[in-house]
Amino acid sequence: MKANYRGAVHDAIADAMRADDRVVLLGEDVGRYGGTYAVSKGMLEEFGPDRIRDTPISELGFVGIGIGAALGGLRPIVEVMTVNFSLLSLDQIVNTAAALRHMSDGQFSVPVVVRMATGAGRQLAAQHSHSLENWYAHIPGITVLAPATVADAYGMLRTALTSPDPVIIFEHVGLYNLSADLEELVPTDIANAALRRTGGDATIISYGGCVPKALDAAADLAAAGIECDVIDLRVLRPIDDATILESVRKTHRVVVVDEAWHTGSLAAEISARIVEQAFYELDAPIARVCTVEVPIPYAKHLEQAALPQPDKIVAAVQGLFGDDRRAGAQRPGMDES
Amino acid sequence: MTDSVPPPPARPQLARALLTDMIRIRRMEEKCAEMYSAGKIRGFLHLYVGEEAVAAGSLRVLDPEDAVIATYREHAHALLRGIPMAKIMAEMFGKQEGCSGGRGGSMHLFDASRRFYGGNAIVAAGMPLAAGLAFADKQLKRNRISACYFGEGATAEGAFHETMNMAELWQLPVLFCCENNRYAMGTAIDRELSQVDLVAKAQAYRVPAASADGMDVIACHDVMAQAVDHIHTNGGPFFVEFRTYRFRPHSMFDPELYRDKAEVAEWREHDPIREFTDRCLSEGLLTADDVGAIERAADAEVAESVAYAEAGTLESVDTLTRDVMTPPGSPQVAEPVS
Repeated sequence: MKANYRGAVHDAIADAMRADDRVVLLGEDVGRYGGTYAVSKGMLEEFGPDRIRDTPISELGFVGIGIGAALGGLRPIVEVMTVNFSLLSLDQIVNTAAALRHMSDGQFSVPVVVRMATGAGRQLAAQHSHSLENWYAHIPGITVLAPATVADAYGMLRTALTSPDPVIIFEHVGLYNLSADLEELVPTDIANAALRRTGGDATIISYGGCVPKALDAAADLAAAGIECDVIDLRVLRPIDDATILESVRKTHRVVVVDEAWHTGSLAAEISARIVEQAFYELDAPIARVCTVEVPIPYAKHLEQAALPQPDKIVAAVQGLFGDDRRAGAQRPGMDES
Repeated sequence: MTDSVPPPPARPQLARALLTDMIRIRRMEEKCAEMYSAGKIRGFLHLYVGEEAVAAGSLRVLDPEDAVIATYREHAHALLRGIPMAKIMAEMFGKQEGCSGGRGGSMHLFDASRRFYGGNAIVAAGMPLAAGLAFADKQLKRNRISACYFGEGATAEGAFHETMNMAELWQLPVLFCCENNRYAMGTAIDRELSQVDLVAKAQAYRVPAASADGMDVIACHDVMAQAVDHIHTNGGPFFVEFRTYRFRPHSMFDPELYRDKAEVAEWREHDPIREFTDRCLSEGLLTADDVGAIERAADAEVAESVAYAEAGTLESVDTLTRDVMTPPGSPQVAEPVS
């Protein structure tokens, strides 16, 4: 069947609501409006206003209510329109949801799922273009997911709803129209990274909205004779070290691609883990392709220049090799003409 | 359920219970201060001395199945919800026998079995939580109340305004209990709030509201009974302001540069325990012997709680990282499902 990312998120929510009366959806404009990204279109009609709950513009308040409702026995899905506005709700997520189980000596778990759109690329300028997944991935007590495929958009949300602990899901705005041909949509794990492409020369590690860019880059590199593993992290906390290290031990060269700014990014965390655990496997320094350290500008050419792009990833991978395999060069032995 | 409220002379049993609760709180808190000075309790310690009438008068009105969410000044609420004093003291000593296993300390007392949700050290953060618990109750058609305690300082937080708005909008059974002790840490109410009439503030969100003398335990009890009745009858939220005062500093680190000693002395003239004791004696509700017996019992309970805490054990650091996430296969949430 043909499915797209937006529809997969929709189906995951709807299927969960049909399966379990305790599942409710809370958020700004999830009901009558149908969701800012049209994810919940039609749900109000099927499930009614008690379960598809339009909220005021009170991110701190309704995220906190979602957390309290989870404590009270519901299975809330809280939609925060975008990660940019989630900053207003950080206190409830960090100080309550993430900490409650530990500080109550295991007496209270918080089975809440908080979904939010993330990322840049649509000329929405500095206040609507953040990638702050790393802020959340920093916090013990929560699971952080970044589905990058249609299958995961459905599958990870379904599985997240079975977690006894808080799960934050980042949906990159550039992925909502992604489509795929799938047999069916099924729950998928929320523990492991996935190898999206296999190659023995270098490893490209990415997540979320940068995964398609990494795959594009890998295709270009393959045409130039460099075969890459492309790892989709999928789960940003806890990070699946094993999948990363296995690839590094095979390829010995790594580029980490992350739409966040370099400083303090998940790309930095991944790099540190590789250095700590597989330094002597590396044949070249780890390279990062992250966003240029500037608030995201409005003008299209400037925005695109700030963000990771396939050509930057290609250049970064080529930079891991000697001059003979850099951009424009061909492999020795192939230059016979 | 709500105690019926005949005039005070007809209520000797209630009077005894209220006085007992207040004295237990006072003696426990005084011992906490002593234990802090002795280095047995560390971290932040916020004492309830002076405000006892609020917790004593109000908590007794709630049902066991109601939820209580309190602040970082919550020893009294934990105690009166039924957490044994020994478990509270052990928690403050950082012992694994404490009611939060030594993971929480003074500001994070919890007891799932008594629906006591803390112990929240972020001002106003318990309010959305209470509304969420009430939301779940409403959704699952359970007839119970979520009572949320907070100071007047919390009414300056966004969480207060957002929660009041949604609680009224969605008619959630939340009982907002505002302990107005006139200071947001060290900032006096008229220096922190443009609108010091807290009832008016609640009413701005159309939340029904009442105010009571927080130094009068009977007034606290009666206004709480009114609030509980209102919620059970009407379904939506209710806001109560308890006008009270804290006799001790904000925390053990507070040098109290912001208020006059004369002001404190004046409020101490209205010590809720002494005034209620006098009233009980003059109205013949209790005898001096009764009061003496209550005090001796409280002292004994305090002594036992300290002994229990002293005898408590320290958790091995080997289990430092437990309960960050719920272990696979463990019984999930304390809240019974469906």
